[in-house]
Amino acid sequence: MRNEINEAHEAEEDSESTSRWAVVPGETIVSGEDYLPSEGTRREGENVVASRFGLAEISGRVVKVISIFGAFVPRRNNVVIGTVSDITFSGWLINIDSAGSAFLPIDEAPRFINRNEMDQFLNIGDVVAAKIWSVKLKGIDLVMKGKGLGKLEGGFIFKIIPSRVPRVIGREGSMVNLIKEKTGCNITIGQNGWIWIKGPDTDSEIKARNAIEFVTSKVHVSGLTEKVEQWFAEQK
Amino acid sequence: MTGMETSNLTKEKLRKMFAEGKRFDGRELLESRDFEIEYDVSNKAEGSARIKMGKTDVIVGVKMQVGEPYPDSPDEGNLMVSSDLLPMASPRYESGPPKFDAIELPRLVDRAIRASDIIDFKKLVIEEGKKVWTIVADIYPINDDGNIIEASSLAALAALKNAVFPEIDKEGKVDYDKKTKNKLPLAKEIIPISFSFYKLGDSIILDPTREEEEACDARITFGISNWNKQIMLNSCQKKGKAILTSEEIEKIMEIIPKKFEEFNKKLKKFL
Repeated sequence: MRNEINEAHEAEEDSESTSRWAVVPGETIVSGEDYLPSEGTRREGENVVASRFGLAEISGRVVKVISIFGAFVPRRNNVVIGTVSDITFSGWLINIDSAGSAFLPIDEAPRFINRNEMDQFLNIGDVVAAKIWSVKLKGIDLVMKGKGLGKLEGGFIFKIIPSRVPRVIGREGSMVNLIKEKTGCNITIGQNGWIWIKGPDTDSEIKARNAIEFVTSKVHVSGLTEKVEQWFAEQK
Repeated sequence: MTGMETSNLTKEKLRKMFAEGKRFDGRELLESRDFEIEYDVSNKAEGSARIKMGKTDVIVGVKMQVGEPYPDSPDEGNLMVSSDLLPMASPRYESGPPKFDAIELPRLVDRAIRASDIIDFKKLVIEEGKKVWTIVADIYPINDDGNIIEASSLAALAALKNAVFPEIDKEGKVDYDKKTKNKLPLAKEIIPISFSFYKLGDSIILDPTREEEEACDARITFGISNWNKQIMLNSCQKKGKAILTSEEIEKIMEIIPKKFEEFNKKLKKFL
């Protein structure tokens, strides 16, 4: 599976050169009108103040806080992995582990589905990779047409903390590509923190999972790609 | 928030892995995680203990109360075990009236301790028929990464061993600020432990993580203790739809004495 589905703008920007430090909500990160508050920050008079607990980062004029914990906030174009929780007359209800339920219309199925036999394609408990089409008050709409999307078969899924997903993907997918290369596994990462792994055998799948869990436990470390390479070397 | 229920994929994967004897964290199927017990985590309780078993984290506090005995046992004190499955422990738990798991957990711990005869209830009497001590053990899971029944029973045992009586003043009121050095009347040689065996497919596993626990089809919990150098089976409870065959129960019965010895050794460090 190719990496187009891992949104480039969600991936880590240059992580090696900028410094980061921990901030708590209400803490002033920088002061001055020159700076622009971005994700996880707000402006209070002169100051740019953190509104989440995480690592503050200033790149150019933009100030942001990368949160260490936190739930997944659905946004348009996010790729998510969810399980089917219910079947309705016009589509499937998908649990994507966020506030509100997601709906996958029957038209999104890659082939014609008889409305009486919808469980033949997706039954309750089955896993899908889908893209968020819209986030509205009444719920979230999903689409499944696209490369790498669709029903997931074989392998397994597990969860990491959603705010650490960018780190697992790495800069332009460098981290996930390294893990794919070293283990020979197919890996799909949902922005909601659920990850699907399918590999040639169980051992490499377990290894891929351990590698990802190693990355998520070291989010604050810089130069992580080398560390992961080192980790792989130690495993043998 | 209820999190995401176990997917068919993960369940199928775990079934295959268990059949091959593999687990995600590299343990053997019947290998338990190491645990650590910390004492005196609560300064208001008469005894408290906190157990960390992998990522599973449970606090048990013991409080002593004075009250009337039950009419059918005027010469015995009481034991009350309760628990509150805090929402911070797991996305599965929600605040509100206790659900099935929150009722089952303290009952299993209570039964494992009570039936082992570790507590001499007759020594808890202050004035026969009128005044007795009631031991109240409260279980608080801080983080649930599976197998909280086993963790809770170990922590409850540790907290009971740690507990002391508070002082009773001249008017007969309990002064909780003053603690005596008298420990609870516990039999030293008896160690009640509860073991939960989980079944998925044809495999039996011990000490599952939360992910494994949710995927499993059945659970059987045994309350074990030792008495006169024999290993006693005090209680048993089964949960889940799957069937346990008589061969499987026999296999479990062979495992229990070994596991009991193993836990006995590990516990010696802490008790």
